[in-house]
Amino acid sequence: MKQFTNRYIFIFSTVMVVVVAALLSLAATLLQPAQERNLEIEKKKNMLESIGVHATRENAVELYSKHITEGFVLNSKGELVDGVDAFTVVLRNEQKKPLDEQFLPVFRAITDDGEKVIILPVEGKGLWGPIYGYVSLRSDMNTIYGVNFDHKGETPGLGAEINTSGFEGMFPGKKLYDNENFISIHVLKGGADPSDIHGVDAISGGTITSKGLEKMLFDCIKKYNDYLLKNRI
Amino acid sequence: MSNQEREPMFSAKNFKYFTAPLADNNPITVQVLGICSALAVTVKLKPAIVMALSVTIVVAVSNVVIAAMRKYIPDRIRIIVQLVVAATMVILVDQFLKAYVFDVSKQLSVFVGLIITNCILMGRLEAFAMANKPWPSFIDGLGNGAGYGIILIIVAFIRELFGSGTIYGYPVMEKIGIYTTGYENNGMIILPPMALILVGLIIWVHRSRNKSLIEK
Repeated sequence: MKQFTNRYIFIFSTVMVVVVAALLSLAATLLQPAQERNLEIEKKKNMLESIGVHATRENAVELYSKHITEGFVLNSKGELVDGVDAFTVVLRNEQKKPLDEQFLPVFRAITDDGEKVIILPVEGKGLWGPIYGYVSLRSDMNTIYGVNFDHKGETPGLGAEINTSGFEGMFPGKKLYDNENFISIHVLKGGADPSDIHGVDAISGGTITSKGLEKMLFDCIKKYNDYLLKNRI
Repeated sequence: MSNQEREPMFSAKNFKYFTAPLADNNPITVQVLGICSALAVTVKLKPAIVMALSVTIVVAVSNVVIAAMRKYIPDRIRIIVQLVVAATMVILVDQFLKAYVFDVSKQLSVFVGLIITNCILMGRLEAFAMANKPWPSFIDGLGNGAGYGIILIIVAFIRELFGSGTIYGYPVMEKIGIYTTGYENNGMIILPPMALILVGLIIWVHRSRNKSLIEK
């Protein structure tokens, strides 16, 4: 093997790093608009999914403007906060702030059968990374109309099952409150009793994701407690 | 080298670079590399197939890049150079998937990034691409990716069929009506330890059929 001088090695590594950096930043800059648009479509699609509207990537934007009528932001006391666009609120950043400074987005929507529902975004931690989703509530602010969950990198076949219709399908009709008391939804290992209005089955092999999901629902929806109690029918 | 007769592109030697990793020198069952990802992505067939394809592409292209630069890479920093090339490739693939095939990118999620840590990749760069021309290196990359992919797909097929009762998402077990006879999916097989046992069984079968693999 040929011997290289230190000078050559330094020049080689410098050139290599500069070339790679330029290549990567060029790729990131050029591809960013396409990636951001994908994320926006994805968010709209997920929101629609939680009210039972199955959108494709092509018609998600159109269906979104048809079904989602309004978005607004609340504080933790349930009061309206002006001048913030609910769609652009990033829940992960909000969760880092103290509770009374957090923005809590709420979306009003009309489902396919004309029912008025609200959609609340939720975000928490699974096993490998963030899990997130949308929970839609009927106008009694208690009964779940539908849910949509997704994840960044849960194990396929195990934790990743939270975004299948088999799991999400257990949520509609479940209730968040027992009278005035916030119970949230329990994700039960070994299966929930079908008559349990606060419980769904956990995923076998996905215990940590299931627990994370339960905690996510409790923590995120509890922040809306004042608003939900005030507006219930 | 220059006065040597030019080798045909699909010579027997080059062909062997492709076929050897499929069986006799399989990266998973013989070299026992890349086991970690073989356990993680084989619960379902679809991620296993996409992962196999991504690894094949990344290994083949990184092999070509390293083989093309091999005479200019200083020996003392070669591992760093290999790592930089592999990481760059993986990030580029990830960025392209996110921009143009978002659904596939979501399906693979973290596993694309984890290709960097796949021992097969660094193993091929260090053992083969540093000492060979770009074309044989490319074939070697394809062969090793395919050898890795075969094992992944075999394991994923067994795990999906017996663990979830489906093949590529299609509910086979339900269609043949086996559940009515009291059959239940084996919950154990979807857990990682069973993948290790399956890989072990494959190694066992492989070695008993090919005695030359058994160490003296």
